[in-house]
Amino acid sequence: MSFDVEQVRKDFPIFEREVNGHPLVYLDSANTSQKPVQVLDVMRAHQERYNGNVSRSVHTLGTESTEAYEGARARIAAFIGAASPDEVVFTKNSTEAINLAAYSLGQMLRLGPGDEVVISEMEHHSNLVPWQLLCERTGATLRWFGITDSGFLDESPIDELINERTKIVSLVHMSNVLGTVNDVSRISARAREVGALVMLDCSQSVPHLPIDVRTLGADLIAFTGHKMLGPTGIGVLWGRFDLLAEMPPFLAGGSMIETVTMGGTTFAAPPARFEAGTPPITEAIGLGAAVDYLTGLGMDAVHRHEQEITRYALDALTSVPGVRIFGPATIEGRGGTVSFGVDGVHPHDVGQVLDALGVEVRVGHHCARPVCSRFSVPAMTRASFYLYTTPAEIDALARGLDQVRKVFG
Amino acid sequence: MLDGLYQEIILDHYKNPHGRGLRDPFDGEAHHVNPTCGDEITVRVSADLSEVSYDGLGCSISQASASVLHELVQGKDVASAAEIHHAFVELMQSRGQIEPDEEVLGDGIAFAGVAKFPARVKCALLPWMAFKDAAARAGVDVGVSPEVKA
Repeated sequence: MSFDVEQVRKDFPIFEREVNGHPLVYLDSANTSQKPVQVLDVMRAHQERYNGNVSRSVHTLGTESTEAYEGARARIAAFIGAASPDEVVFTKNSTEAINLAAYSLGQMLRLGPGDEVVISEMEHHSNLVPWQLLCERTGATLRWFGITDSGFLDESPIDELINERTKIVSLVHMSNVLGTVNDVSRISARAREVGALVMLDCSQSVPHLPIDVRTLGADLIAFTGHKMLGPTGIGVLWGRFDLLAEMPPFLAGGSMIETVTMGGTTFAAPPARFEAGTPPITEAIGLGAAVDYLTGLGMDAVHRHEQEITRYALDALTSVPGVRIFGPATIEGRGGTVSFGVDGVHPHDVGQVLDALGVEVRVGHHCARPVCSRFSVPAMTRASFYLYTTPAEIDALARGLDQVRKVFG
Repeated sequence: MLDGLYQEIILDHYKNPHGRGLRDPFDGEAHHVNPTCGDEITVRVSADLSEVSYDGLGCSISQASASVLHELVQGKDVASAAEIHHAFVELMQSRGQIEPDEEVLGDGIAFAGVAKFPARVKCALLPWMAFKDAAARAGVDVGVSPEVKA
């Protein structure tokens, strides 16, 4: 079955609306994706018909809720090739998943002075600040890979950067700014050589690429529901089960315990150990529905569609005078997130003019200020695509940029 | 709709900023950034406000606003500067409900349209907040901090 973008768009009610008198052209999916009726319906039905708390009620509603919640976990596990649903820990978002990992690994490894944590200059702040704080708390040293002029990780210092002092390597899988999809095979092989753990921030990759954690080369990954057709408030930490089983808890409270006495507490096995308190039940079920939707279309087909759109967009943007693309200039090694500058016009102004034409892009430093600094700009304009993006929307972006140049020319 | 935002006066100030560049001597300096978009401004003032200089990086609204700030407050006495500062802040928080007074605000009246774009109010206010802080550091009080909602 071939991928039919017009058919896909019919599942997304938001595309019926206008923005500032123009049809909505939504080019900000790297920020948050739109939601299909299939996800919205499941969430609404759950709230209306099945709502009960999970993992603690003997009554029917509680049982049905628990089945739906755990069912979502199982389908998400299958979606990423996890060995078992127990490897999938529900969190609030990627940020919480990474904070969980940073806190727990820091404890588990007894991180201290002389130890090193390696990240990169390409990180979203969510995969940067938690490691900065961990190093500040423990006295460990934070080190990082730089970015090449063409927007790839500079792997040249790999053997020096990842050494016997390295305990954790945490990298972005796909850059939320440059669109670069990092081939982490060499880095993870090197990390394994020195006995360091590897975490990947897959916030931008799991929604767009077929991902199989068995071949990814990571011990832990983080991703978030709202960038992959699901709701906000639900994210995932995936980890190898034997690693999760060793990791101490992060947040403490109900649901994560085995036995509690006034003298002390023992903890549940993963994933419950890391899910203190009533979880975002409806949101997890919504993410399960999103995964069903993506699985129905096939991630290979989704990825192919986005590659075509990205190729079209790179051509279109290169033909607008004064536009400079940051990151890989061709489709090789990149996904459907394209950041650019318009000569002489601040991204805020670019975004404002585009919005007046119904074209929704992100402007600013994209929570990745070091990436902007690397390319010596205070901010960038970013267009990001998804399974519902059409060539006509790219044309609208290009026309919008002509308008930008008219206003500021 | 955009015409309300990008008034000719604003684009003129953006393209040909008045009094841009940091100058010595000065008695107070403040550097402000807009953390969501990375816009930056540094403002320097002398205690008698005879010199108000600035430099910055940012969008047309923030940079034009700095140019207008310089034009309006440099060389004014403290009471007049405070009045202008108050009028500008009030205009920006009006959501477009205030008719600005050209006698007080000069080219600043062009920013009336910006007040209708909540996401851009912060841009317009950035230089003015830096000015207030720089003045405070020079021992001059030009007004209270507004709560910026955007």
